[in-house]
Amino acid sequence: MSLDPDSRVPDAAERLPGERPREPGGDFAVSLRDLAALRRRGLGVALFVLAAIDLLVFARGSRAGERTTFGLSALPGIPLPPLHLAVLPTVVVLGVLCALLALAQLLWKANRRTYLPLGVGLVLTGVAFLAWAGKGQTVDIEGLLMTSLIEAVPLTLGALAGLLCERSGVINIAIEGQFLVAAFFGALIGSASHDLWLGLLSGAIAGGLIGLVLAVFTITYAADQVIVGVVIDAFALGLTTFFLQSLLVPDQATLNSPSVFPPIGIPLLDRLPIVGPLLFNQNIFVYLTIAILIVVQVALFQTRWGLRARAVGEHPRAADTVGINVTLVRYRNVILGGIVAGIGGASFTIGSTGQFSSNMTAGLGYIALAAMIFGRWRPLGALGAALLFGFCDALQFALSVLNVPIPSEFLTMFPYLATILAVAGLVGRVMAPAADGRPYARE
Amino acid sequence: MSPDSKPQSPGGSLLRRVADFFVNGNAVVITVLAFVSALVIGAIIVVLATPQATRAWGDLLARPGAALGASARAVAGAYGSLFVGSIGSPGSIARAIASGRASDFANAFRPLSETLVSTTPLMLAGLGIALAFRAGLFDIGGQGQLILGASGATLAGFLLPGLPQAFHLPFAILAGAAFGAAWGFIPGVLKARTGAHEVITSMMMNYIAFNLLTWLLTTELYQAPPRDQTVSKTVAASAHLPLIAGQGLRVNLGIVLAGLIAFGVSWLLRRSTLGFRFRMLGLNREAARVAGVDIELHYVLAMTFAGLLVGLAGAFMILGVDFRLSPSYGGTIGFDAITVAILGRGSPLGVALSALLFGAFDAGGRTMQVNTGIPLQLVEVLQAVLVLFVAAPGVIRTIYRIRVARSGRRVFGGWAG
Repeated sequence: MSLDPDSRVPDAAERLPGERPREPGGDFAVSLRDLAALRRRGLGVALFVLAAIDLLVFARGSRAGERTTFGLSALPGIPLPPLHLAVLPTVVVLGVLCALLALAQLLWKANRRTYLPLGVGLVLTGVAFLAWAGKGQTVDIEGLLMTSLIEAVPLTLGALAGLLCERSGVINIAIEGQFLVAAFFGALIGSASHDLWLGLLSGAIAGGLIGLVLAVFTITYAADQVIVGVVIDAFALGLTTFFLQSLLVPDQATLNSPSVFPPIGIPLLDRLPIVGPLLFNQNIFVYLTIAILIVVQVALFQTRWGLRARAVGEHPRAADTVGINVTLVRYRNVILGGIVAGIGGASFTIGSTGQFSSNMTAGLGYIALAAMIFGRWRPLGALGAALLFGFCDALQFALSVLNVPIPSEFLTMFPYLATILAVAGLVGRVMAPAADGRPYARE
Repeated sequence: MSPDSKPQSPGGSLLRRVADFFVNGNAVVITVLAFVSALVIGAIIVVLATPQATRAWGDLLARPGAALGASARAVAGAYGSLFVGSIGSPGSIARAIASGRASDFANAFRPLSETLVSTTPLMLAGLGIALAFRAGLFDIGGQGQLILGASGATLAGFLLPGLPQAFHLPFAILAGAAFGAAWGFIPGVLKARTGAHEVITSMMMNYIAFNLLTWLLTTELYQAPPRDQTVSKTVAASAHLPLIAGQGLRVNLGIVLAGLIAFGVSWLLRRSTLGFRFRMLGLNREAARVAGVDIELHYVLAMTFAGLLVGLAGAFMILGVDFRLSPSYGGTIGFDAITVAILGRGSPLGVALSALLFGAFDAGGRTMQVNTGIPLQLVEVLQAVLVLFVAAPGVIRTIYRIRVARSGRRVFGGWAG
């Protein structure tokens, strides 16, 4: 059966480990070494661009004597004195460090880690930017980090949901829909029953049910995964807004006003400066996110369960041949993914605002998908991407306070531009599981 | 190949062939059954959202008739006003024809006019996305291309007042098309050059366009003079699409042009070399490459054409109905166009009919909300369920126990494809 879509997946031996998957037989056989060198050079150039921005934009835009204050203790905890930085030296030092990093990246041939230098470069540039942007004012660093972390929670959970599905070979564009439905039921059940845990549970179940719908349509009936995902999103948006208008709005007080999970302080640790309030005095969603992240990371890469799931995502025929039930693994992962996304969705209502409103996720489900790709289908990568995207969003609010001559819209664009650059292969290797998006049919 | 897809013998009596047509199922039967299923699910949702009906179901055993009656009233009210709001009430149309007064005429045909107004952008954007489908590309960036098209048409519309309409209107339309095409070109060229998947890049381009629009509406170039509201300057009258059914109705030349463009796209796909290559690409990329098609070039061309058509949708909305930009312009039309393209199975005729259906849903939904208080979003649910079933004919086959020919093209072959 040569027409079977599955047979188009090139064998592992056919495809070079470093090569971006192309159509088999294409004339793109670039050798692994060439590609690694290309990537290293690309990253070096990217770092040089960051350094140039530091030195040419930020340094030239500041004069000697200007100072920025970084506030470090906006939140309860042992207070730290604010940090006063002279703008010009700070920016110059950071720019030079970034340039050195770029040079090292270009010259040190053995370096295979592409994301670590990029992360360091981004942090250096970020600090330089804040020093420049906050001239003569106070930048509330801790508040900024807090907002980033809160923003990153649903993004991380959404990205993990996508990752669970896609590692087993099913594309999950329905994360947005899972978010919305879970946020809706979290608010409704949490409000009607006065039990937040019941709200969280029903959010997770609602997300899992959407996952089940996705699984039935794409695995059993082999419908196009992206189409089904997009349509499920439209369905979820319509359905939640419909019932919001017709059921919740007439009775907001009982049906749409759940309380919100309170922060839980971990004794002693929450007194630590900076990290204390950030990591050890948060609501249940932050702790859950960390727990789920660790579980997914370990389960996918250290257990037989994960090996099987990944095998199904990479080469379902081979997995089937050795006796793994491809359909079962895919169903399980897609539903699990839905549950994880459901927990993330519930955080929108019973984790932060305490009320459901129409389209309240505002496309964050798609951004979670981008975070998954930017994080290269790895849990820790997804976390990093989610934090970066969350930081950009938080920065936008901070900048509107600081009167920076950059329209905040351009900062908001950053995650999207970064994702485009990432999938275009300009920074590092971005490779999806080989059988991602392909339905499997036994012969 | 599955046994279901055996070609039917051309012989047999006419009756037999007609029976086979319905029993075996084909695109039309599947669509009709999907539509019926969507209406049934919609009816359940309406009942759930109507307190009188749910209360009546509460004491079903005591008074079974009341439950059914209340449900039937709620559903009939909803679907009835959908019909009246999209097509019009037969009574008032008959009266208008009898009296011949212009005001009666406008009122009677307003629903149809509104349906056509909603259909225009859906048809154009749907055609663009369908064209990409046919070339094996999933253009999920309709939202952004539509915003860019609208921005281009607005710019040309207010920047050059005083031009004669014969120049100004075509120029504004072309500006919209060019802006949309540029926004489609980027994912196309990224795919051709780097292999970046168009689903991701075009989705990201949506958000970039969205932020770009928010920013544009604060710039001196775009923002309307007192600059206290985030709306753009208004398009000059010389760039408006002329009305075609009198002053009282909003229906304009846009729908006529959209119909002509549908014929154009149909010709392009069926008769031109370029369209033939697009279809080759969509059916079998490898065969196309072996046959000597420059597939990278045709990725770029297909995405650019798709962006151009979606950009036209934005231009026609600005030049025909709205005349100025506002934040988050276009609503979800770029996404709805994807469902239109799927429902139309990527064929221009199918897209035109689907756009007409969704346009009717849109116009009818607004009337339904006003008349019965049932939220407009019922229509979105109906559309989503309909397309979900159309995208997975196997589900319909299982529900209605019919045999369905395995048909349809695979649009998407995974991120790697």
